[in-house]
Amino acid sequence: MNVHHYRQEVLALTMRWVRRLSREKFSMLFTLVQPMLFWLIFFGSLFQRAADIQIIQAPNYMSFLAGGVVVMTVLNNGLAGGVDLLFDKENGFLERLMSTPIHRTSVIVSRYLFVITITGMQILVILSIAFIFGVRPETGLPGIAVMLVIGMLFGVGLTAISMAMAFSVKSHGDFFSVLGFLSLPMIFLSSALVPLSAMPGWMQVLALMNPMTWVIDAVRPLIITGWDAAIPQVAIALGILALFDALCLYGGTRAFRRAIG
Amino acid sequence: MNPSPAIEVTNLGKTYGAVTAIEDLSLTVQTGEIFGLLGPNGAGKSTTLRILITVLPPSSGTARVLGHDVRTEADTVRSLIGYVPQERAIDRFLTGREHLELLGDLYHLPKHDAKTRIDELLRLVNLEEHADRVAKTYSGGMKRKLDIACGLLPNPNIVFLDEPTLGLDVQSRLRIWDYIRQLRDNGLTIVMTTNYLEEADQLCDRLAIIDHGNIRVTGSPKELKAGLGGDRLSVTIQHSTPEKLAKLSGGVRPLPFVRDIREVRNSLHIRVESPEKSLPAVMEVANHLDCAIDSIEYQRPRLEDVFVTYTGHPFTGEDPIIPKM
Ligand SMILES: Nc1ncnc2c1ncn2[C@@H]1O[C@H](COP(=O)(O)OP(=O)(O)OP(=O)(O)O)[C@@H](O)[C@H]1O
Ligand SMILES: [Mg+2]
Repeated sequence: MNVHHYRQEVLALTMRWVRRLSREKFSMLFTLVQPMLFWLIFFGSLFQRAADIQIIQAPNYMSFLAGGVVVMTVLNNGLAGGVDLLFDKENGFLERLMSTPIHRTSVIVSRYLFVITITGMQILVILSIAFIFGVRPETGLPGIAVMLVIGMLFGVGLTAISMAMAFSVKSHGDFFSVLGFLSLPMIFLSSALVPLSAMPGWMQVLALMNPMTWVIDAVRPLIITGWDAAIPQVAIALGILALFDALCLYGGTRAFRRAIG
Repeated sequence: MNPSPAIEVTNLGKTYGAVTAIEDLSLTVQTGEIFGLLGPNGAGKSTTLRILITVLPPSSGTARVLGHDVRTEADTVRSLIGYVPQERAIDRFLTGREHLELLGDLYHLPKHDAKTRIDELLRLVNLEEHADRVAKTYSGGMKRKLDIACGLLPNPNIVFLDEPTLGLDVQSRLRIWDYIRQLRDNGLTIVMTTNYLEEADQLCDRLAIIDHGNIRVTGSPKELKAGLGGDRLSVTIQHSTPEKLAKLSGGVRPLPFVRDIREVRNSLHIRVESPEKSLPAVMEVANHLDCAIDSIEYQRPRLEDVFVTYTGHPFTGEDPIIPKM
């Protein structure tokens, strides 16, 4: 593998994703002002009165929700990360790319770079908006950097799932069905909207098996509590993410091999 | 005396689960020719091409492109060929120029060389004016031209064109034919598929008729047609009865230029060597035998006849909608 060639390919392919996004006005808009922000502002205000400060262990519901919204953004971006490859596969563009002498991983790596960068930018936008509404992360800028790293690690595994699906499904109808089937339970069966302690027992069990929960439980204290509470949670989350990513990448590689050869 | 062939395919097979797309397919393409794969929908043309461009691994057999195995030396093969897919593989959100720039990087061309080459190609396919518009504003023909420019960008030794004129109007089709001939004259080897008989006939130096995943016959259009044995006269007689037809058939058979006679419904199909002599002679025999001629038609052999002869069925697609993965 020629490093110089590899860089040239990956850069060109990544620029293609950036260009596409900048040309798709509608999806550009939704990428910047994404629905997740409405969740934050709307539900943050709506449930402010309903939320019990004792249960959520946070100064207000919006600061509680902020961590969940950050991770939901990672979830949505990650799970949707393979869609463009699916379209490329369906309209033959992927075949054209694969008929060129590029390293077989270039397309995937370019997609990762793009999805992860966009996700990182969105996390910053969400935290800024939350800031305007008075949410001040307890751990400051270093804490935000840790959040970005955690988000990125979670994004890697999710994007791998999405790409694996893109390479395996027969039609994009299937893709979106599975996507819908995965993403809502991932959100509701996690600590994104309510803390585990507020859930019935069976739901807690399910939520504990959901990597989302562990990621949120690491991000949330970075925002509302501080380093002392956050460090052990972050350590656990990193361990779980290492396992999660390893599994997803393994599955993704297999799906890719089967589809591309 | 033959230089080493551009492509050698031996006993190639490909199955998709239970579907056998091609089976025991062998062919040779010579350097510098326009080689056509002619066949109806679902015959296995695209599958064969996909294997040759290394994006689809064969289930059995071997294929060598410019001496390199498509499986074990895929990277080398990829750097020597250009490909124009059957579907318009175009990114609607990129401009024509951006497509070419992207491919320039994927073929690892230095930026400066790429720029010169891109300008050259845009001029060649007549897309200069539209080069900086996004492709979703292109017409079908413009997309096809962009496709072709993309296939030529790497300055390949062999270009693979999958149904290059599918869905184009007559004028654009003729222009693309000219263009393909021009490429051949510049020394390129061209492998193309088509499901137009006329295109195969007029454009290809040699062609292989493919049906149900098998090559049925290979040769130049001229050879193939000549192989059928001459032109055809169809004679229909008035108040035709089997007896009358048999009588006429018997009368015509001894004529020296007649090769073959078949009774088809109420007319006779006569393969003849020389149309000039045969026409008056057949009419004279008919007159003599008191068979009043209703009509008499004369036809040069067509590629369609070649197809029917070698496949045993008329040239129609069996399944126009192919599920694409
Ligand atoms: N991905 C696939 N999965 C399953 N079957 C396939 C796949 N691709 C092609 N086939 C089948 O293989 C056979 C050959 O298909 P192929 O695309 O090579 O035909 P073709 O000659 O190019 O036809 P057309 O003129 O319609 O383009 C067909 O029966 C088709 O249904
Ligand atoms: Mg085809």
